[in-house]
Amino acid sequence: MNEITKDLLREISEWDGSFKGAYNIRENGQCAGRVSSKNIKIESKKDQPGLEIWIAPNTKDETVSIPACVTQGGVDDLVYNDFFVGENADVTIVAGCGIHTETGEPARHNGIHRFFLGKNSRVKYLEKHIGKGHGTGLRYIDPVTEAELEENAVLEMDTAQIGGVDRTTRVTSAKLGEGAKLYIRERILTEKEQTAKTEFHVEMNGKDSGVDLISRSVARDDSHQSYHSVIVGNAPCTGHSECDAIISENGKVDAAPELHARDNDAALIHEAAIGKIAGEQILKLRTLGLTEEEAEATIIDGFLS
Amino acid sequence: MLLTLENISWRTPEGVCILQDLNLTVPDNKLVVITGPNGGGKTTLAKTIAGIYHQDSGRILLNGKDISDVDITERAKAGVSFAFQQPVRFKGITVRKLIELAAGESLPLSKICDYMSKVGLCAEEYIDREVNATLSGGEIKRIEIATVLARHSVLTVFDEPEAGIDLWSFTSLIKTFEEMRKNLNGSIVIISHQERILRIADEIAVVANGRITAQGKPEDMMQLLAENNAMSGKCYKQEEMF
Repeated sequence: MNEITKDLLREISEWDGSFKGAYNIRENGQCAGRVSSKNIKIESKKDQPGLEIWIAPNTKDETVSIPACVTQGGVDDLVYNDFFVGENADVTIVAGCGIHTETGEPARHNGIHRFFLGKNSRVKYLEKHIGKGHGTGLRYIDPVTEAELEENAVLEMDTAQIGGVDRTTRVTSAKLGEGAKLYIRERILTEKEQTAKTEFHVEMNGKDSGVDLISRSVARDDSHQSYHSVIVGNAPCTGHSECDAIISENGKVDAAPELHARDNDAALIHEAAIGKIAGEQILKLRTLGLTEEEAEATIIDGFLS
Repeated sequence: MLLTLENISWRTPEGVCILQDLNLTVPDNKLVVITGPNGGGKTTLAKTIAGIYHQDSGRILLNGKDISDVDITERAKAGVSFAFQQPVRFKGITVRKLIELAAGESLPLSKICDYMSKVGLCAEEYIDREVNATLSGGEIKRIEIATVLARHSVLTVFDEPEAGIDLWSFTSLIKTFEEMRKNLNGSIVIISHQERILRIADEIAVVANGRITAQGKPEDMMQLLAENNAMSGKCYKQEEMF
């Protein structure tokens, strides 16, 4: 494992020289370390690049980390990871990605993650993406996340891409069974000429299922973001999505939420707000002694926290 | 004299004169309540003291130092605090963070508890909550006051603290100001219409038509206000707002 990978790991995961629990480190498309635990087995896929992660039923309070790092230009990494979460399990999955390039060649990581959550299981999924290095080559991270939640399963997704990634297309889809709940918190910061496109498609098929999707984004400089969410209520269910964006300089944001009620007892809500930082917010923080620049930074940090 | 305003004038960008040759003095360690009719210039005066508005002419002295051209940030650092009439909400910034920003340092829970208990809130219940739209009008008003308390400023300006809060919060707010009055450490200026706030003042100043039309001790000023109210048919009793 090279030094750049170690630096990236510190930023995208809880790595401090080692991991707690099962892990697999992916470095430039290769495995740089793997450990399974008694309850969490990590195996290589036989037909395509990637992993199968098997979490035994009733596994409690364990963490599995599967960070991926690209440390040089010219790498185009594609990986398929499948997570099979047993009934009644309650675990945390950490799946960050870091890309570093010092050359003019592009570097890309495309992680396709599928989650199969058994009955009554609960997963906290943490995903942090960053881009680093002084190279002019574009840094691409294009995650695809697909989730199927069985009866009363709960998936909490906490994803963050805070700077350095030039191009990203994020596609998340989920199908929810009876009583299943999906919580998504997404935070994206784009700067310079970066672009970020994020797509959500959630189908609530089971009675009393629910989704709560909150996306917060900041588009600075000449960057551009687009948000598109589709929430479909095919059963008595509750859906809420919220897209808040701050734009500054020439930043541009498009938001296109869609709600589709296909059942008379589907209750769906969407809230969206796009705008620059409110002048009153800056004034308030300046009356506390912050400069205008400090106030802006504090507001954005808080917004994306 | 802690604060002196000399011949302050201010016009809106449209050219409407709001403050006109206004003169005001705030003594050291005193509570001065500024009252007067709506549209008379009270909030503009408060924002001019905080540096949010910049006067077109005149001088502002803080402890004898000319701060007329000092901006909001530097004025805050010089010891001026301002509590907004409509407290600002922030998505993602917690109560703890806002109070620490006000204090200029990280604070132990016990210290945050001190500030929050002074405004009648339990710190543990609130410190991790965001200062967003989920807080009620009364809650955010109290948190606003807690932020200015955390600054320990030589001069704190409250712009109509009673505005937009319910009766229970109002009663609690009055107690907060009464407590602050007992333990003054710096001067306080409160823009208010409320009789109970007027009664705890060391001095009352009346602003009308962009000028201070009268300033003096509460016992003299309350008499004057009562006479003016009788003439105008208005009432300064707190019940009026409910």
